[in-house]
Amino acid sequence: MNRNRIVLLAFVAILAVLPLLAATPEFWITQLNYIGLATLVVIGLVLLTGVGGLTSFGQAAFVGLGAYTTAWLTTQTGTSPWLALLVGLALTGLIAFFLGAITLRLSGHFLPLGTIAWGLSLFYLFGNMEWLGKHDGIAGLAPIEFFGFSLASGRDLYYLIWLFALLALWITHNLLDSRPGRAIRALKSGAGMAESMGVDTARYRVVIFVLAALLACVSGWLYAHMQRAVSPSPFGLNYGIEYLFMAVVGGAGHVWGAVLGAATILLLKDQIQNFAPRLLSSDTNIELIVFGVLLILVLQYARDGLWPLITSRLNRRHGARRRQRAVPADAPALPVRQRHPAGEVVLDVQAVRKTFGGLVAVNDISFKVRAGEIVGLIGPNGAGKSTTFNLITGVLPLTSGQVLFEGERIDGMAARHIARRGVGRSFQHVQLLAQMTVLENVALGAHLRADVGVAAGLLRLDRAHEARLLAEAARQLERVGLGDYLYEEAGNLALGQQRIVEIARALAGDPALLLLDEPAAGLRYKEKQALADVLSSLRAEGLSILLVEHDMDFVMRLTNHLVVMDFGTKLAEGVPAEVQQNPVVQQAYLGGIDDDILIDEQPVAGASQ
Amino acid sequence: MDLSIALILLQDGIVNGAIYALLGMALVLVFAVTRVIFIPQGEFVAFGALTLAMLVDGKVPGTAQLLVILGAIVMVTELWRAWRMRQYSALPRAALGFVVLPVALYAGLPYVVSTSQSLWLNMLLTLLLVVPMGPMVYRLVYRPLAEATVLVLLIVSVALHFALMGLALAFFGAEGWRVPAFVSGQFQWGAMTWSAQSIFVIGVCATLILALWLFFGKTLYGRALRATAVNRRGARLVGISTSMSGNLTFTLAVAIGAVSGMLIAPLTTIYYDTGFLIGLKGFVGAIIGGLFSYPIAAAGALLVGILEAFASFWASAYKEVIVFTLIIPVLLWRSFGARHSDDEE
Repeated sequence: MNRNRIVLLAFVAILAVLPLLAATPEFWITQLNYIGLATLVVIGLVLLTGVGGLTSFGQAAFVGLGAYTTAWLTTQTGTSPWLALLVGLALTGLIAFFLGAITLRLSGHFLPLGTIAWGLSLFYLFGNMEWLGKHDGIAGLAPIEFFGFSLASGRDLYYLIWLFALLALWITHNLLDSRPGRAIRALKSGAGMAESMGVDTARYRVVIFVLAALLACVSGWLYAHMQRAVSPSPFGLNYGIEYLFMAVVGGAGHVWGAVLGAATILLLKDQIQNFAPRLLSSDTNIELIVFGVLLILVLQYARDGLWPLITSRLNRRHGARRRQRAVPADAPALPVRQRHPAGEVVLDVQAVRKTFGGLVAVNDISFKVRAGEIVGLIGPNGAGKSTTFNLITGVLPLTSGQVLFEGERIDGMAARHIARRGVGRSFQHVQLLAQMTVLENVALGAHLRADVGVAAGLLRLDRAHEARLLAEAARQLERVGLGDYLYEEAGNLALGQQRIVEIARALAGDPALLLLDEPAAGLRYKEKQALADVLSSLRAEGLSILLVEHDMDFVMRLTNHLVVMDFGTKLAEGVPAEVQQNPVVQQAYLGGIDDDILIDEQPVAGASQ
Repeated sequence: MDLSIALILLQDGIVNGAIYALLGMALVLVFAVTRVIFIPQGEFVAFGALTLAMLVDGKVPGTAQLLVILGAIVMVTELWRAWRMRQYSALPRAALGFVVLPVALYAGLPYVVSTSQSLWLNMLLTLLLVVPMGPMVYRLVYRPLAEATVLVLLIVSVALHFALMGLALAFFGAEGWRVPAFVSGQFQWGAMTWSAQSIFVIGVCATLILALWLFFGKTLYGRALRATAVNRRGARLVGISTSMSGNLTFTLAVAIGAVSGMLIAPLTTIYYDTGFLIGLKGFVGAIIGGLFSYPIAAAGALLVGILEAFASFWASAYKEVIVFTLIIPVLLWRSFGARHSDDEE
């Protein structure tokens, strides 16, 4: 049993024992109840803001939805609180889905502004609805009953609150450690890359938004039955902001940061309320000032919050600890795509064109890639090679022309649909998730090869699939020669190695066509040879590869066919040896030293214009 | 509702909308140049209004103390910075702005307040008391985070809003204040009767908006700010200091906030926390403009003002709900225009 698990068990044991001891002051229990309630909301924010990069100031409104739903249902219609919880969850989920669907498509800062706005409007709605008791709210809620046992006292409800809080911690932890979790962790800094791996990022954004709202709703339900009354004020914007403070102070990127943040802020608030009246006149709301200043300082000096500060200090003392779940060796392999017979046309690019305003970046380029063939796309910098890649993979929409993959048009499709059809790619500028391990990065590439839903991820029902995904990732890493780096954080690798990780990630998707953008850049001679061997063996397996590369030795040795581009136009095409002898290509590459001679020799080459 | 009520509401809406437009412009300005979504703008509206109200009432406003305290903190950080970088040349100017001016104001105010009753002098004093807080806030809060993401800057803005609201309560108290109208009289214009005060407010807002437009279009500093807005790194490479543009931007924004506060003070009772909602309404206008277009932001703010006026007549309890829910269809509409915009972050 490792150290973390011992600490966790001790924490749970202390939590369980505290209310049983008569010596525990009632006040502690109340505080812990509030911390548990806040933790529920803040876990949602960790998922949403810390991991997913979506900031919400409006979580308090979802807490209010949960609280008001149960308050109204139980007092007006006599519904059981448990049924009211389900209704509240359904209602919150629906509203969150609607709000998420319309605001999450927007770029970063519109979402938090939107959350402020609807946070305010929900608050004013609670306070002005006649049937919700206006600003007085609803009182006289019954306590929750649990199999006939009434949870009326704080000490009894305590167990339910912390049961939910720990459950929320557990499922969030599970989710982040699963196939959907990897996709969610890519949302913040690698959404474009994730789309190319087949991840529907818009859907995952809505998913975490709804999950965070549901957790807030549960917190509101518990709160309503703890207070036995609801009124609008605890669901106002200020509280929404306070929840975000808890997440940021605790450490928004870490599940346990939620508990730490909630505890820190609530205990601090209590202390301020104790001491402030003695220091200053009573009508001063000093906690506002202290919280504001505290948060500014945290963001200026410890932007990742307190949790990483604590754990990194502990790790320094006890030696580094990394999550090293061994890759299960006996996991059955994932199903493999049917390969094409050698020589069959896999990719057919027909007169594709891309214009940016008046600039023609790609000018009616056509070429074909056949199965079991490596095609090199070469040309000087700015020739439009990477743009062509982006047109084929759906990252950019093309202006005209068409792209056929396996005989079907793929232009106009979203990147993730093209990925699903079997087009894998690497990026010119490495796009790895620096904080994730190399293994997890590569497993993201296999996203489409398993069908693990969010629910399975939450409840840890995905272990068999997960084992197969990780085994596949490990297999691809072994293949490209990075088997020793499985558990290293991707950001720690050298740039050349990171490029190789990108290749492994693309391979993990079992592509029929592989597009590699400058894979050999930053590699040493031996590493280039090793890479060439890997690519050759992939070709022998029937894979088609389209390659952009500047290292001519590498290209000439490896490719079956070359396409040369310059200023967006195709200059030449053919087998490498022929292309090498082509005077137009030579001029494009070597410059116009012999301009006059070239014009003499090639009067039709267009040089006369 | 008959026509005369509608016309009165329209007039109210236009007057409030003009102020929201001014605030919206300032928000767009700050966001474009520094990527800061300046939520605390509303607090400076309250500072402006409350300072003027207390001066008119013959009291020394809390802003005088607050300015001294803020100035002292900024001076300490400036000294620390100077000592660390061994560069002391900027200190005399800093001392002048952060220590001498606040202390002089603090010391001189009781005398001025007891002798003078001029409204215009009070307005000038208000500006002197509030506007220097702009660069102070920039230096204390935003400059150390100049390279942070928009989201971090937004969270910091909200934190600053909290802190300033707490300070406003501490220095002004929980009491509400209102200022008498600056100018009296009425005009008949077609079917509408305009109070001179309304015309004054609209006139000041229009003048300031025009002045801002001229500043950005015609002056070197305005163009420098625009350059920073387009490309921060490029601007720095041609010698436009980030620090200068930050100082200038926040000074302008806080000045606009304070002026808006003074303009709105005779129209509605201002409490320490009123500014936030006023600022947010400017925001809704700015968001309609997508945080980049000044004319659309101004039009959006006018729309918010008019909508608010009519909403307060028909369903006054739901006034805020209606105004803030407006943002949802606006976001929806914007979301269909902004397909690839989030790839840039």
